[in-house]
Parts: sequence; C-alpha cells; structure tokens
Amino acid sequence: MSAPATTTYRECCKQAIRAALLADPRVFLMGEDVGRYGGCYAVSKGLLDEFGPERIRDTPLSESAFVGAGIGAAIAGMRPIVEIMTVNFSLLALDQILNNAATIPHMSGGQFAIPLVIRMATGGGRQLAAQHSHSLEGWYAHIPGLKILTPATLEDARFMLAPALLDPNPVLVFEHVVLYNMEGALDPKVSSVDIEKAAIRRAGRDVTLVTYGASLFKALEAAEVLAQEGIEAEVIDLRVLRPLDEATILASVRRTRRCVIVDEGWRSGSLAAEIGMRIAEQAFYELDAPLRRVCSAEVPMPYAAHLEQAALPNRERILGTVRALLRPGS
Amino acid sequence: MSAKVRLDRERAHDLLRQMIRIRRFEAKCVELYQAQKIRGYLHLYDGEEAVSVGVVAVLRPEDWLVATYREHGQALARGIPMRALMAEMLGKLEGTCRGRGGSMHIFDARNRFLGGNAIVGGGLPLAVGTALADKMAGRPAITCCFFGEGAVDEGEFHECMNLAALWRLPVLFVCENNLYSMGTPLAIAEAETDIAKKARCYRMVSEAVDGMDVVAVEAAAACAVERIRAGEGPVLLECRTYRFRAHSMFDAQLYRTKEEVEAWRARDPIERFARWMTEVGLVHPDERTAIEADVDREIADATAFAEAGTLEPVEELERFVLMDEVPQERLLASAGAAR
Repeated sequence: MSAPATTTYRECCKQAIRAALLADPRVFLMGEDVGRYGGCYAVSKGLLDEFGPERIRDTPLSESAFVGAGIGAAIAGMRPIVEIMTVNFSLLALDQILNNAATIPHMSGGQFAIPLVIRMATGGGRQLAAQHSHSLEGWYAHIPGLKILTPATLEDARFMLAPALLDPNPVLVFEHVVLYNMEGALDPKVSSVDIEKAAIRRAGRDVTLVTYGASLFKALEAAEVLAQEGIEAEVIDLRVLRPLDEATILASVRRTRRCVIVDEGWRSGSLAAEIGMRIAEQAFYELDAPLRRVCSAEVPMPYAAHLEQAALPNRERILGTVRALLRPGS
Repeated sequence: MSAKVRLDRERAHDLLRQMIRIRRFEAKCVELYQAQKIRGYLHLYDGEEAVSVGVVAVLRPEDWLVATYREHGQALARGIPMRALMAEMLGKLEGTCRGRGGSMHIFDARNRFLGGNAIVGGGLPLAVGTALADKMAGRPAITCCFFGEGAVDEGEFHECMNLAALWRLPVLFVCENNLYSMGTPLAIAEAETDIAKKARCYRMVSEAVDGMDVVAVEAAAACAVERIRAGEGPVLLECRTYRFRAHSMFDAQLYRTKEEVEAWRARDPIERFARWMTEVGLVHPDERTAIEADVDREIADATAFAEAGTLEPVEELERFVLMDEVPQERLLASAGAAR
C-alpha cells in the first residue's frame, strides 16, 4: 500500500475555497490580490482561471469598502468569502466588522443575519515586523456576534470553511502565517469537521496545555519532551475562540488539576486571561497549582529574528512553565 | 440630466401628504422627548422632507434602501408603518427592531430598509454590497444609499465611490447636504465643497439638485434611477437642503445665526410646494387642512399604539446575538408575492 499523498496547509485552504465555490453558486471570494496575483500567501492561485473574475474578485486596497460590501452582499443573499491580507489590515475594516457585522442582527431585532466568512492571515514568525505579525484573534473573540475560528491542522484548514459558510453568522477565520507551508497527509477518515468543539490533540493526566493556531505545535513538541521526563501533558487545541468550548477545557483541567495556557496574543486583557478566569471561576477548588500563561512579550513585534523569537511563545518557555508547576522545588 | 415628473392631482397630493406626515410625526416625537418617553439621541429631519419623499418615490419594492441616523423621514417615505416606527422610538417590543435600535437604528426587512446607520459613512459599504449581490444574481433591483455631507469627510465615502463606479454597481448615492456636520460647516471640513464634483472624479455621473424642491428632487432621482436600471452604473445625487432645527436635542446651535435659519425657512419645502399647488389650483386650503387632520389622526393612533406597547422581556436580552437562521432570505424569497 502506498503512503497517502502529502499536501500543505495552504493547499488545504485552497481546496476548501474551491469546494465551496463548486458547491454553492452564492459563494464568491473577494479581496486584495486574490485573483490575478493568486493571493498574498498563494492560497487562491489558479482559482481565477477556474472560476472567473466575477467569483474571484480582486479589490482595491479599500478594506472598509470591501468588507462592508461582503456584509451587504451576505444580507442580500450571497455567501461571500472575504480575504483580508493580514490581521493588522483588518483594523481598517474594524468599523464594518464590529459596528455592522457583529451588531446588525441583534440591533435589528433579529431581522437580518449576516452569513459571511472573513479569512485573514495572523501571527508572527516570518520576520514581517510590527505591522504584519500580530495575533489579534483574541481581540476579535471579545466581540459578541462573531464566531472566531483558528484552524491549526490540515483537516481543519481543509474542512472548517464549509460549516463556516453554512453558519448564519459572521465567521472570522484566522490562518497562521507559519502554517501555510506545513506539509502532511490529510487523515482519510476525516471528510468534515465541526466548528463548535475544542479538540484534545494529545491526552495526558498531569497538566493541561490549552492553545490554538501555530502554538499548538509548540505545545505538542513540549509535551513530547515532557513525556520523556515522566510528565504527561494533555494538549487542547481550542479551534474555536468564540464561542469558547468551556466544557472541554474544564473537563480536562478537572482531570489534570493543572493548566498552562499558550496564546500568541499579548498577555494583558488576552484570551489567555479569559480562559484562566473561567477556570478560576468554575474549577478553582479542583486545581493543585496556580494557573499559568505563556504569551507573547508585550511589545510590537520586532523584525530581527532573535528578537522576534524572544517575543513569541516557544517550546522552552512552555517547558519551563510546566516544570515549575509540577516540580516547584526544582 | 433632466426628466419630467407627471404631476397629476393625486400625485401632488401624495407628495404633499408625505412631507406633512414626516414633519408632524417628528413634532410629536419632540413632544414625547420632552415628556421623556423618547430618550437617547433624536435627530430631526425638519426641513429636509423633500429629499426623502422625492427620492423614495422612484424606488421599487425590491430595491434596497440604506439610511442615515437622521432617518425618520426616509423610513416613513419608504412605507415603514408609523405604528412600528413610533413603538421603536419608545423602545417597545412592537417597534421595528423590538425597541433595540431606537431612533438612530431603524431596520425593516420587509421594506428592504437596511438601517438606520449611526456611524457616519458606515452605510455606504453595505450599499455597495447589496448592489453587488443584486448585480451578481442578475436581479433588476437597485440600492439607494442616503448619507449626509459629513460622510464625505470619511474614507469610506471615497472607497465606496471608487468601488461602485469601478464595478458599475446599481447604486443611487443620495447626499443630503444640509451644510453642517453637527456644528462644523462644510467649508471648514472640506477643501472642495462641491460634492457632486467629487463623485465625477471617480467617473461617476452626478448632479446637484435643490433639495428644498420635492418635484426637482423626484425628477432628478427618476432620471438617475433610469440610468442605473439601464446598467450604466452608479449615480450620485447631491440634494442641497437644510435642517431647520438643532442637530440633536442637545444642541444650542451656536454655530449658525438665526437669520440664516430664517432665510432657509423661507424656502420650507412643504410651504413652497403647497403654495405652488394652491397657485395652480391643485390644492384648496381646506384640503390641506383635511390632510393635516388625517395625518394627526394617524399620529395619534401610532402614539397610542406605541404607548400601549409592551417591553421585550429581559430574558430575551441575548437573543439574536448569534442567529440560527437567515431570516431575511425567507422574506426576500416571498417578497414579490407578499406585495
């Protein structure tokens, strides 16, 4: 039997879009350089030839206009996929995302839903410095009315888009830039995924590592090392940052009685803070150790590689944090 | 651009009635505001009635309308029932938005009324989107997007002028230029104060029209809409108008003189049109009195309806934060039949 063909995260994102375009004539892709250029991260390469300029729609550099146009088109019966090149650029469309997409369903008394998907690249690690490298998905997860997805695995990159498009709500999908080149084989048993549950990517009894996005792989690597030291870490991939799958987190923490949250966002006011607080509110007496976090340094992301790496969560910081929790004396 | 409006007696009466209806509805709102039954912000359309009445007259049921936060006139002209509108003003469950939107955020899916947008300029991208959807789906509908001259200061205005023109989208942009964005005169905010000219820089057909003249507005809108429906792309109509009252209920109006306000009041769109109708024998003073009495009865009924309305149960506070269906699609699919 031959080994299953390998693919990449980028290719999975593309095949997800392609499948959506084939499945539903209301779906179209719109954003900067998605057509002729093939996408800033080459996700949509080739789609213009296959689907034409009506459905693979290059836009001017007008984030507010084309994100708002996606909202209007979703209201009027389409199923747009809007691509924003990088999370930092999404701030130019924040008015539309917050004041319209997240607000209109509730403010209109439930008259209008906004079945819109907005994809964007997020995160650091490619030396793109402080205006292209932040992790603001936790910030978006603050906003009621949005759903926030962070596909980390090939399967999620390939299959999260379909349920996102079926969802009647605005769904923001954050694709971590360092994952686009990740290679591997798609699990042949998986042909669909949910957008509700967190996933336990590694089971363990001693400590829970809660994470998402590219940090998942740092946490899994740390768990490997810890296993050699006799510490079994359970690794939870949140997958969905809003609404949070609190049940999976709490059930795990109640088993392991210890938790470290690994979040590429800044620590202050972060998603990590929110998760920690929910655990404190609901499982405080079941904890054997204080809650801990590994987040990005509270600086604008620097360009130089050594500084950037020092700012990001990494395996060593995760290991140090977990060891200190389990062996306080050492 | 020029077009003739066929103004028979019935049509003229309708235009007059609609403007009077808006004026007197808002007078009642002021009363209810002073009685603290309407709270929050209340932005009156007093003086600008000819713009909504003239423009909305040329729209069809399947067209979208994106409005501003000064939208009571736009809402009434579009046919949103006065009862539901007044109930919304009073924050009642029977209101257009269950009392969640209030004066600045009127929505009504049945009339394709997409806000009530209280972020200046924030409605323009939505209008580009509804027009894009209609165009992509091959539907003949257009989108009419109202905004004030203050929105011209915003980047979203320029982004949307360009995008709508670039994609030749069926949008009628209606700038209600009342000369002041809150208290800032146009000349203090804009290097180029000719708004129609700005649109032409985006290769968009545009025209400025006397916004105090309902017939002129309707004629210009009819002409613009004919072009748009013919697939010739978007048009901008700048309606030069004036609000007779303060920006909101908290505005001492220190930025303009009483003389200026009086000079514009002499051009009151209702009085002007009524005077002309009287001169040409289209309306008798008794008929105007009858219209007013009729409108007052409707307002009294709407007010009683709103006052008797109920409050949304607090248990429903979080309902519709996330939706479990796309309710407007059911409505849009059956809209043709319902009308």
